[in-house]
Amino acid sequence: MSAGQEQRTIRCLVAKVGLDGHDRGAHVIARAFRDAGFEVIYSGLHRAPEEIVQAAVQEDVDVLGISILSGAHNTLIPKVIEGLKEYGAFEDTLVIVGGIVPDDDRRELKAAGVAEVFGPGTPMSETIEFVREHVPDR
Amino acid sequence: MSETDAADLVTGVLDGDHRALARTITKIENREPGHRDLVSALHAHTGDAEVIGVTGSPGAGKSTLVDKLASRYRDRGLTVGVIAVDPSSPYSGGAVLGDRIRMASNVGDMDVFFRSMSARGQLGGLSTATGDAITALDAFGKDRIVVETVGAGQNEVDVVRTADTVVVLVQPGSGDDVQMLKAGILEIGDLFVVNKADMDGARTTVSDLQEMLHMRDGTTAVDAGHHGAGTAVGDDPAADDEADAWDPRIVETVATEGTGVDDLIDAIDDHYDHLRMSGELDRRERTRYAEEIRRLLRSDAVDLLEDELDRYGGIDALVDEVQARETDPYTVADRVLDPLADCVERRRD
Repeated sequence: MSAGQEQRTIRCLVAKVGLDGHDRGAHVIARAFRDAGFEVIYSGLHRAPEEIVQAAVQEDVDVLGISILSGAHNTLIPKVIEGLKEYGAFEDTLVIVGGIVPDDDRRELKAAGVAEVFGPGTPMSETIEFVREHVPDR
Repeated sequence: MSETDAADLVTGVLDGDHRALARTITKIENREPGHRDLVSALHAHTGDAEVIGVTGSPGAGKSTLVDKLASRYRDRGLTVGVIAVDPSSPYSGGAVLGDRIRMASNVGDMDVFFRSMSARGQLGGLSTATGDAITALDAFGKDRIVVETVGAGQNEVDVVRTADTVVVLVQPGSGDDVQMLKAGILEIGDLFVVNKADMDGARTTVSDLQEMLHMRDGTTAVDAGHHGAGTAVGDDPAADDEADAWDPRIVETVATEGTGVDDLIDAIDDHYDHLRMSGELDRRERTRYAEEIRRLLRSDAVDLLEDELDRYGGIDALVDEVQARETDPYTVADRVLDPLADCVERRRD
């Protein structure tokens, strides 16, 4: 019944990486994803890139949403992507980023493999729609 | 999923490839076409893991305790798989699976394979999926598999029954002694953990539990019929087993500090030894497989009947007739089932 590709439950890891201590945004998006019918695994605060990789690989998520406000995205996110590649998990994981990221850095992140960056004020429905449209076929 | 994909996954799982294990569990969870072949192929490679079920009300400290348990097992050189089951929303079907947050002691240690699962609202489906996921972890080579679930409903009780040892967490101050008398998860525990044992009221909770367990002991003689029910009188192996029955034990822990975790491991080991020595391990496995076969048969039969219902124009059309008092539910059931029964009858000869 739930086996159809169309009906497949989307699994998503909402991850806080690095030192920033604010996760209200991560909570809000986790709940919005839940209400959209996704299964959301929340990482909790202050995670190292390798912890995020471990969780994404073991949980076999379709989507990895990284929330980052500290400005350390250029250092941390490429490490996460490298880790995913190491386990052969990058190709079928949609990586998105939410938080405060300057325009120049956005281009860099996308070049590194991030599918999209959602800045402050992005409507929740836009993010959900993006995930639905871009979730990798498996 | 093609046959070669399935074969690759099986090889991957047996070779210890984490990604293959993760992907296998996903296929199992989604009940994707071909997942049965996967589980069938893995079954022959199982039977070495000890399975521990941990249950208790929300906030009792299950995840924190499981985290510490996993890390102590790792200290002893054992590999660990954890399946954490959380409820899903009855409205959206979505879920927030938050137990992973507490797995801080095992960060970066891939030899603790932690997997979150949601109930996905399927009655009975959860225990099948969890059982299959245990098969995958067992075949992968995990020494200990911990299944963690909120003990809220029948679904969750079923899940925990897939375990060799059932650990029930009780929080101090979770109610008076009458709460302990009520039917539910307290009945299924092999071991009881009073977590947060440093809290006020922990002593009272321990003594309430002791009293409840004492009463449970006292009733076993009177209760022999319960075990005997459904089996032939005289050759019931459970009957002469009453004498050396397992006495549920109470362990006090402070999971946040890791206090009492070694005592819990000792108690789990003792229980497992008891299971092995008494032959109960074998019996539990038999019961488990019997239930699994029945469950699969039931769900397959339901699928078959759904197809049959469609042939009759769907359930709605039948309901219309019943509602208009043209027929009744019993007659409808007979009408739908009769051709199937006939067919089975003929094939049997």
